[in-house]
Parts: sequence; C-alpha cells; structure tokens
Amino acid sequence: MTESVLSLAEARLTLQGNAGPVEILRGITLDVARGETLGLIGPSGSGKSSLLMLMGGLERATGGQVTALGFDLTALNEDALARFRRSHMGVVFQSFHLIPTMTALENVATPLELAGRRDAFDRAEEELRAVGLGHRLDHYPAQMSGGEQQRVALARAAAPRPAILLADEPTGNLDGVNGQAIMDLLFGLRDRHGATLILVTHSPELAQRCDRIIRLADGRIEGEDRGATYKAPAKAEAAE
Amino acid sequence: MIRIAWTIARRELRGGLRGFWVFLACLALGVGAIAAVGSVRGAIDDGLAREGAALLGGDGELRMTYRFATPDERAWIDGFAAQVSEVVDFRSMAVAGTGDSAERSVTQVKGVDAAYPLVGQVRLDPEIPLSTALGGANGLPGGVMERILAERLGLTIGDTFRLGVQDFVLMAHITREPDGVGGNFGFGPRTLVRTEALANAELLAPGTLYDVNYRMLLPGLALDDARATANAQFDGAGVRWRDSRNAAPQVRRVIDRVSSFLVLVGLAGLAVGGVGVSAAVRTYLDGKTNVIATLKTLGAESRTIFAVYLMQIGVLTGLGLAVGLGLGALVPYVVAPLVRDTLPVELDIVVQPRAMAEAAIYGILTALIFTLWPLARTESVRAAAIFRGAAGDGKGWPRWPYLLVIGALVVALVGVSAAFASVPMLAFATAGGVIGALIVLALAASGLRVLARRAARAKALRGYTALRMAMGAISNPREGASAVVLSLGLGLTVLAAVGQIDSNLRRAIATDLPDRAPSYFFLDIQNPQLQGFLDRLAQDTNVTEVQTAPMLRGVVTALNGIPSREHPASGHWVLRGDRGVSYSATLPQGAELVAGEWWADDYSGPPLVSFAIEEAQELGLSLGDTVTVNILGRDITATITSFRRVDFSTGGIGFVMVMSPQPISAAPHTHIATVYAEEAAEGAILRDLSNAYPNITAIRVREAAERVTEALSTMATATSYAALATLLTGFVVLIGAAAAGERARVFESAIMKTLGASRGRILASFALRAALMGAAAGLVALAAGAGASWAVMTFVMETRYVFEPMSAIGIVVGGVMATLLAGLVFALRPLAARPAQILRAQD
Repeated sequence: MTESVLSLAEARLTLQGNAGPVEILRGITLDVARGETLGLIGPSGSGKSSLLMLMGGLERATGGQVTALGFDLTALNEDALARFRRSHMGVVFQSFHLIPTMTALENVATPLELAGRRDAFDRAEEELRAVGLGHRLDHYPAQMSGGEQQRVALARAAAPRPAILLADEPTGNLDGVNGQAIMDLLFGLRDRHGATLILVTHSPELAQRCDRIIRLADGRIEGEDRGATYKAPAKAEAAE
Repeated sequence: MIRIAWTIARRELRGGLRGFWVFLACLALGVGAIAAVGSVRGAIDDGLAREGAALLGGDGELRMTYRFATPDERAWIDGFAAQVSEVVDFRSMAVAGTGDSAERSVTQVKGVDAAYPLVGQVRLDPEIPLSTALGGANGLPGGVMERILAERLGLTIGDTFRLGVQDFVLMAHITREPDGVGGNFGFGPRTLVRTEALANAELLAPGTLYDVNYRMLLPGLALDDARATANAQFDGAGVRWRDSRNAAPQVRRVIDRVSSFLVLVGLAGLAVGGVGVSAAVRTYLDGKTNVIATLKTLGAESRTIFAVYLMQIGVLTGLGLAVGLGLGALVPYVVAPLVRDTLPVELDIVVQPRAMAEAAIYGILTALIFTLWPLARTESVRAAAIFRGAAGDGKGWPRWPYLLVIGALVVALVGVSAAFASVPMLAFATAGGVIGALIVLALAASGLRVLARRAARAKALRGYTALRMAMGAISNPREGASAVVLSLGLGLTVLAAVGQIDSNLRRAIATDLPDRAPSYFFLDIQNPQLQGFLDRLAQDTNVTEVQTAPMLRGVVTALNGIPSREHPASGHWVLRGDRGVSYSATLPQGAELVAGEWWADDYSGPPLVSFAIEEAQELGLSLGDTVTVNILGRDITATITSFRRVDFSTGGIGFVMVMSPQPISAAPHTHIATVYAEEAAEGAILRDLSNAYPNITAIRVREAAERVTEALSTMATATSYAALATLLTGFVVLIGAAAAGERARVFESAIMKTLGASRGRILASFALRAALMGAAAGLVALAAGAGASWAVMTFVMETRYVFEPMSAIGIVVGGVMATLLAGLVFALRPLAARPAQILRAQD
C-alpha cells in the first residue's frame, strides 16, 4: 500500500458565516493509499464531514492542495469536479439522499447514465441484487425502510466501480441491526471492487474495521491509530 | 447530454403537478385571455369578409359627394355592372307633429331606388316587404325607421312624420339593415325612404351635404380589375371606389383597435402571471436543492441540470399553453351570444389559428422570460449544499449570458406585440408601462421589506407583539412580499389607470366641455336662409355667441401632385374620406395663425389654402406645397400660404382647410353655424329655427357628448373586464404565495402557541401582515396608475388631469381585501395546528 490515491497538503477550509469567517479545517496534511480503508473520527464540529467533502471535491479548499488520482481538485471547476466524481468516486450519505421521484433501479442507474454507460440498468440491477434488494427494484424511496434506502445508496455509490468510496456516517440514521448490515455490505463492496474506502463515523465498531483511523479535533489532525488497535473513547464523548 | 437530461426530467415529473397549479393557472389565464380576444376578433373579421357584399350592398360601389351621377356617368355605370342600385345618404331632422308640441330628432336618411338592396335583405317589424313599406299609404309615401327614433319622436306605426317639407307615413320599424355599417358614421338612427319621394322635400338642394352611392353587382369580374377600370373612368371626378373586400372599414378599424388594446391589457395580465410563474419555479427549485446537489455529487454537470429543469418547465409550459388555448377557444362560445346584437355580422365561431399562434407565442416568451432567472440559479447550487443545507445557494443574480438572453427575449416579446398590434406605438407604450410598473413595484417591494425590517427592530414597537411579528414576517424574503406586491400591484395599476382615465374623461365631457362648447351645431343652412337664421338668434338675449362659416365637402385627391392613394400618408384621416372645406376672405374669428400670412381681403388670384398645423405636420406639408381637393367633381389645386392652430376639442367650428374665396364661393354650398346659448333657451331656439327652415339639421352638442360618453364608457368597461382578468391572475399568484408560506406559518404558530400566544394574537399578526402587504400594493399601484393616467390625459387627450379619490380608495381597499382573503384562508391550518404534533415532527 505505497501508492497514494488521495493526498492533502496543508488543506484549509474557511467559510463565511453571519458573524464573520469560520475556520473549519486548519491545515490538514494526509496521504491515503490505494485500497486502504480510512476512518475519520472526532467530536461534532471537529471537521470530519468537511474533510470528507474536500476529498470528494464537493467543497473547494480555501488553502493548501487536495490531489486525487493525480488530479489537483483545487484547480478544477464545479463541472470538472462533477465529471471527476462520476468517473472515480462514489459517495454515501448519512441521510441517503436518494432522488424521491426515481425508483431504486433508476437511482442506482443515474450515475452510470451520466457517465454514458449503455448497460446502466443491467449494472444497476446487478448492484441492487448484490445488496439484497432484487425484489425492490421498482420501489420508490418513500416505499422503503431506512435500511433499504441506505442499501440503495450503497449500490448507487458502488455501481460505477469508483476508485474511491466516501461514506459520511453511513449508519448514523439506522438502528443497530440495520447499521451492522450496512457495515458488512460497505466493507464487502470495498473488498469486491478493491476501492479505497474513507468513512466518517461515530461508531467504534465501524472504526475498528478500518485499516487506519484519523482523529480530528477543532479542524486539525489530533492523532492516528491502526483500526485493530483502536479503543473507543469514554461513552459520553462517543455519544456526541 | 440532452438524452440523459430528458430521462432525468421525465423521472422528476413523476412527482406530479403538485406545487405547479399556480404556474399552470397563471399561464393558462394569460394565454386564455389573449387567445379569447383573438378568437372573437378573428370570428368578426371572418364575418366581415364573408358578408362583405351584403355589408356594402353590392360587389363594388362608386360614391359621389354632393351630387348624383351625370346621365353619361350613369350610362357608363349601367353598362359596366350587371345590376345597379342608387342610394342617397344624408343627415336630416325627422319631425313628428306641428307647432310647439312637435318632436324633432336627427336622423341619417337613406333614399333608395327599387333595386335596393342588391344583396341581403332589409328586415322590418311588422314583417312586410320593403317595397310595400316604401309605397306608403293614404296617398303619402312610406318610410321606415329604427325603433329608437320612432320612440324618440313618439310615433307608432301608421303615424306621419316629416323630412324637410315632405310628409311620410311610418310603415314599419327597421330591425336589420344589411348595409347599415358600411357607410359614413351616422349621427342619428336610420330612416329609409324612396329617393323619388324626397324630390319635394327641399333637402337635396345644391350645396347640401349628401352622398350618392352606386352599388353594383359585378359577376365574373375581378375586383382589382373593376377598381382599376372605374378609377380610370372617373379619374379626377371625385368619385371613390369601395368593394366588398373592405365593406365596413370603420367597423374593422374599431374592432382592430379595441382588440389590439385588449390583447395588450391581456399581455399585462400575462406579465402578472409571469410573476406567479417565476415564484412557482423558484419555490419548486428551492425544494429541489437537495436533488440538484445529489445529482452534482453523482457527476451531473451544471448544463445537464439546467437542461433537466428547463425541460420540465417546457413540459409544464406546454401544458399551461394547451389549457390556455383551450380556454381561449371556448370563451368565444360564451361571449358570442352577448355581443351578437352589437355586431353587424353573424359570428361563426371556429378555432382561429392566427389568434392561437399569437397567444402561444406570447405564452412561450413570457414563460421563458420569467423562468430563466430562477432556472439559471440552479448553476450556483453547490454539491456541498447536500451537507450544509441550501442556505445561500441559488441566490443572487444569474451570470451575464442568462441576463442577455432574458433581455433579448423581452425585446422579442415587445417586438412581437408591436408587430401584431394595429397601432405599434400603443404596444410600445403598453410594454413601457408594464416594464416601468414592474420595476417600480419591485423597488417598492424591496423598500417595504427594508422598512418592515427596521420597524420590527424599532423600540417603539416593543410591546406590540402582533405588529412586530407582522413586520418581521414581511421583511422575510421567504414570506413572498415581492410576489404579492408585484402580482397584485400590476393588476391594480391597470385598474387604477383605467379608473382614473375613465373618471377624468367623464368629468371632462360632463363638466369641462359644456363650459366652452356650443349648445348646437346647425348644418345645411342655405345661402338665402343665413340672414334670417342670424336675425332670429340676434333677437334672443339668451344667445351669447353665434359663429357661422361656409361649408363645402371635398375629397383630397393629391398632395403636391402625388395622388392620395399613392401618398406615403394615405392612411391619414384627412386623406381617407370627405372633408369639410371652408373659405374666408379674412382670418376666421378665434383662429390663430402660426406660420405664413393670410391673403388680402380682395384676393382673387389662383386658389390659396390655410391648413391646420397639426395635420399639416402629420402629412409632411410645408408652406408653398399644393393640395388638390375635388369639390363637386372638379379638382381645385390650392397653394398652402399659412398654417393655423385648430382646437377640435372645444366643439367649435374648426376646418382643416380654409381656402381663399375664389373660386369655391361660386360653387353651390351651405353654411354651418355654432350657437352658444343658455340651456333653458335651447328648446325654443331649436323649435323656431326648425319650423322656419325645415331642411336645416340641428345637432345638440350635449347629446353628441353623451353618445361619446357612452362609447367611452363601453371601452372603459371592456378594459375593466380585461383588467379584472389581470387581477384574477394576480389573485391566483396571491393564493400561491399564501399557500407556499403555509408550512412556515404552521411552524411559527406552533412556536408562538408554545410561548403562550393566543390564537387571536396569532391571527391578528397574520391579518396585519396580509393587510399591510395589500395596502402597500394598492398604494404603489395607485401612484403608478395615477402617473399613467396623468400622462394619458395630459399628452394624449390634451386636457387637465384631476386626481379622483373615490376610485383610488377602491383600489387600496381592494388590495387590502384581496390579500386579507388569501392570507386568512391559509391561516386556518396554522391556527388549528397542535404545537406538540408540529414540533415533534420537526425533531
């Protein structure tokens, strides 16, 4: 795991708030190796999701550099970033963010269609069957449970076979049983496609399954752990 | 890109039309109103074309002014046409009874021959043949007249009436006259008699004002060829050609103008609808921020997303247009029975493709103009919005290419409306007015929000919770103050302008005109009668002023040698019909010379003419130019030596052309007189003069003014209906805004209840904010409408403008009531909501 697919050098993010500028990330330097699973943990407001957004090109760094698969994401405009994502990245959100007017199959097929894939629907169906939703192809998000919706979201993120999978608290809106199932699926997908997986989580169990864990606090990297050796912090903090 | 955009757009549309009913209603109402006006107009145009020969009374017509055809001319006409009918048309007084109890009324007399009517049928009540009716009874010739005239004169069938010095028996009432609208504009209702019966009436003496029309049936002859042959035959004889293709030019002109005007008012309605369309699209896209951000996360480019939503709006626009055009096609079926009696032709309602196309073009352009702005802002929704929420995204101005396209579309819309309108300047003025009003209203809405924000924070309002809450809500951009002020304001502006103009015109006619206008016009005073006529008036102490002038009628046949038909200004009213011409050795009393010099008292050289300055400028005439006027079949070419200012609005004597006395004073002619007298003496003057000179026609100015008022009133009513359609669209927008804000108000109400506010206090706050927004819209509309009517009264009508408070109060109260109604209907759910339920759902 020596080849780096994602690297950040002194990456900063400052947003303009009502009361003035707010520093969200204060100089993050980080390399992520191909095939690695990386967990981002930290208390609320520490900058985990913002860091994930920077890595996915969803947010533009206001300082420093973000490079993914050799592309300088800070130099690409909004449309170029969109094209980059549809070719190389899959994103899973805590709130699923399925398009309510599309069926499960259409939701999963959309990124493939955007990439101009002729077999978009065949691939989408394949992915949905892989996450156990072969019987829900024509259901709309509103007709599915939270766990099912997150499985559709996982299938959608994995369908284009992205090199990098980003997940923002993927089990945050699910109960224990469903959360466990999603975790299994997420790591299963990663194993099957060999993607690099970066996830934001509050869950110690999920973090322990990662190769590496980055601890964030106040917009800075506070420390780093191996996943297997990671010990959950005190309960009060974990619950935050 | 197009294919995937269409695929996504189609899937998005599965969400249904919920939230789009305002969009659809606004577009459908605006397009429907314009299509309806166009459809009715098209049906009338079709009717005029279809029934052209009946309206004219033949395939072609040769009109002679002041004279009958000479035997040679008549022989040529008889040889040229398969059938000919001679019709004499003039204005006169119909008199019933004798002495002091006699009733008199102006009538437009038509003298006809046995061949009349060549086409169509005169319908009478009782239903007897025209020939029987005109044959008369008891040794007297017969006459038929419109029922209104008979009632005015107190006549029943079988009674006797007089024209000039000839008695007639009233045989029937006219219920339909096929060629009733084709001729000159009549000042009185119609009376129909045989021309030969007028021989002893002393009405058709040389110099009196009458037209003789020779209606012809021309089977197998192309009308263009017929016109060319006739024009060549009668070149220089002052004979005018008309044919069935343009049988009722005045009706067509009136219909053209009225419908153009109504379409323009309809366009204002479409602009109001545009505000609603824009607000609906903005609300829809606000709700789609998450989807847009998700699509961007999945790799969709900005242009793909723009295309996705443009296509959706395109589909909805198509739907709105279809509904609107359907409405537009159906409305004429409802309107036709209502207007049938006022039209000279039967209305055959069919779908009018031109009207539909016009309305559709307006609809498409309006939808594009008002949706591009919110659509363009999808570009600025960032993928990160999915994490951070929509705040700050999709706001601000679109990029310049979008603004350029919107600008180009506005120019196209104005251009198209000018191209379709019969008076392009009216279209430009309306477009300018609407754009100006929208800008003023948008500024007013922004101002209102700023003021409300300041007021909400003012120390003075502390303790007045309902008022402070109302101010806070109005200042919130999401409350829709802009949509309310813009949509309601524009409709009210049109209504305010119509109300102010209507009131001002009525006042001008009812109050101002009689102050300076004469009591009577007397026409057809023969030369030998003039002195006696003046003597009678001179004895009367109630007569304050009498003006007389010799009057002839002529047709302007050429300007500077260029025939009127070929002149660039051939459509000008001075060149269109017969014009009154006067002569005078000296500058007429009250005339103001603005250029050149008057001829010497004893001038007897080649003809000279003094022309009215305003008309001369419109015709491009200068001093030294020549005007050729055909009087009694003879062309007289006169050189312009001076210009006069003529004020036609005073109702006094005003001629466009006053010539030097030689040679026209030698031609047979009559005099016109204006008499200024106390109202109480008017009856006696009319009685004495009519008894002494039965051939003289008296027109009471007060009655003429009342007819003008009636016509204006009809126009104002039609405009008000069109404005009401605008207001209805505005109300739809209002309801849309109120519905869009309902969810926020439910939440606000839940919070307020939790904090201890009573339902009464919450309701008061909701009512206050609605009333304040309505009052603001009404006040701004009033200012804009008053400004517009001031401009119309000052620059178009050239009379003074007076602010009319009654219609103004109506506008502001109307604005308040409309917003209150819409606001309070949508306050019911928020008031009924249980706080626990709402707040738990938000968690």
